[in-house]
This record gives sequence, C-alpha cells and structure tokens, in this order.
Amino acid sequence: MNTVRTAWRKARLALCLVLGTLATLYAVAAPLEFESPEQQARFEALTEELRCLVCQNQSLADSDAQLAQDLRQEIFVMMRQGQSDESIKRFLVDRYGDFVLYRPPVRGNTLLLWLAPLLLLTTGALVLALTIRRRRVMLAEEALDQVIAEGETAAPDEEPRP
Amino acid sequence: MSRILPLAAFLLLACLLVFGLFHSDEKSELPSPLIGKPVPAFALPTLFEPRRTVSAADLVGTPYLVNFWASWCVTCRVEHPVIEELARSDRVRIVGFNFRDEGEDARAWLERWGDPYDLHLVDRDGRISIDFGVYAAPETFLVDAEGNIVFKHLGALTPEIIEREIIPRLSPRAGDGT
Repeated sequence: MNTVRTAWRKARLALCLVLGTLATLYAVAAPLEFESPEQQARFEALTEELRCLVCQNQSLADSDAQLAQDLRQEIFVMMRQGQSDESIKRFLVDRYGDFVLYRPPVRGNTLLLWLAPLLLLTTGALVLALTIRRRRVMLAEEALDQVIAEGETAAPDEEPRP
Repeated sequence: MSRILPLAAFLLLACLLVFGLFHSDEKSELPSPLIGKPVPAFALPTLFEPRRTVSAADLVGTPYLVNFWASWCVTCRVEHPVIEELARSDRVRIVGFNFRDEGEDARAWLERWGDPYDLHLVDRDGRISIDFGVYAAPETFLVDAEGNIVFKHLGALTPEIIEREIIPRLSPRAGDGT
C-alpha cells in the first residue's frame, strides 16, 4: 500500500515538473527573428535606452514584464517596417511620455538635469583650485617665517668674532 | 567658514534624501502625454457579442470612462466595488476595456463579482492598451463629450478620486444618455 502511494506521489511530482517546465517554455516569448546582425544590434541598442515602465529600473531589453515583451514586439515590427529609431521613440513618447526614455531630451525642465554634472564638476574644480592656492600661500608664509626665524637665530653668529 | 561648509552640504543632501523618501511613490502621478488629446482610435469587439465592434467614433457625444481591467488583475478586484458604486449613481458611462484576457475568464469574473460596465470591449492582445499608454491594470481615463482625454488615473479608483477628479470634469449633461 505504502509503495503504491510513494509511486503515485513520485508520478505526481514528475507530472508537476513536466508541466512546470512546459509552462516556463510557454511563458517565454517567442524569440524575435532578425533579418540581419545589424538589425539585431540596432534593436538591442534601442531597447537598452528605453525604460520598462512597469519595473522602472530596468530597460526594455532587460525586463520580462508583459508590457516590456509587448513593447519589444511592437518595436521589432516597426523596425521591420523600416521605421527610424527616432520615429519609434516618438511612438513611445507619444504614449508613455518622456519617462520612457533613459536619455531625456534637453528642454527647459530638463536643463538642470543635463547641466548638473558640469555644474558639480566646475564647483569641485573651483574648490580644489582655491584650496591649493590657500595651501600654497600658507606654505610660502611658513617658509618665509622659518627663514626669518633662522635669520634671527643665525644673526648673532655673524657677529665678528673677537 | 571651513567648518560650516561641509555641514551645510550635508544638511542639503539630507533634505534632498528626505524629500525623495516622501515623494518616491509619485511615479504613479506621472502626467500622461495623452491628456488633452483625442482618445486613440480603436475598433474593438464586444465581450458578449464578439461580432459587434465599437469604435471611438461611436462613443462621441457624451463623456465616458475607459476602465482597463482583466480577470487576472488583483487590484481590479479592489477597485470593483468603487466602480459599481459609480455605476449605480449613473453619473457617467463606464466602458470596460478587458485586455490581455480570455473571454471566458472575463465573463465569469463579471458573473461572479457583478457587472458595472455599460459597454464591454475586448483588447485581447493589448494592442490598444499600448495606444492608451497603459502600464498595468487597472487604469482609468475620462473622455469628454468631444472625444478628448481629460483625466487619467493609474491604479485603483477610490471614492475620493471620483469626487475630486472625475465628477468636476463632467459637463452638467453627463449621464443623460447611455
């Protein structure tokens, strides 16, 4: 009785495994068939630059979300139709907003974003330059003080010896 | 001076981080580029009469809500009583866009939980949901009588959002003809 039950349990387990594997295979979207390696490279570069909107810190290329799969399919179809990267991006921005782009366009409200690195770098360089100058002055003054101090202690020596 | 500067920088950074902490969920309030634009063109079959299709042009005349839902969507269940309440008040037409779903499942879902929709459209492969810029279900759009999108809400509708955002945007004639 017990062996029958064990066998039955094993069979069920095996069935679950097989079904599970099949389900995984089914869930993975059919691979896209590119016409050329260039097209594939273009597709990969483009989807790297686009944000998956559901799992916002992944690109469309990385994400397994349903929306990302659908958008990849959409982009693929548009590419095969001969549309440019620009028009594909416009298609997505028209629907999902600039947020879909990892590289936002330079505009009034994104100017700070674009200029911030330059601004920070300039500030850093300025602070560095000021610090170096201040240290140099300080060192020079110290050196001068030392020379003077040495001069003072040395001075008595210079008195003519009897 | 040299001691105040790092402190000031630290405080500034701390303020920025605290601000980020309390505003981190604002991604759901991203403005939709579709607001103020005409509703995307669609011609979709209905859930109960698959051979009948309804297009955006057929709906022009009175405002309506577009509610994207699916039987697999958990938040749609949360939202469901709110939509039913709105449907009972009869203040606006509600068009359910059942998307990425099986017809059988969708009908069973409505059978089980109740059906608040004036019209059921089926966007099986989600193609139209992309035109609406839908991230995830549920999402709701208010379309005015001229066929322009005037409001979008991402996630479950709440009575507050309906009162504050949707009702004021309806013209006085809203809800007359369905």
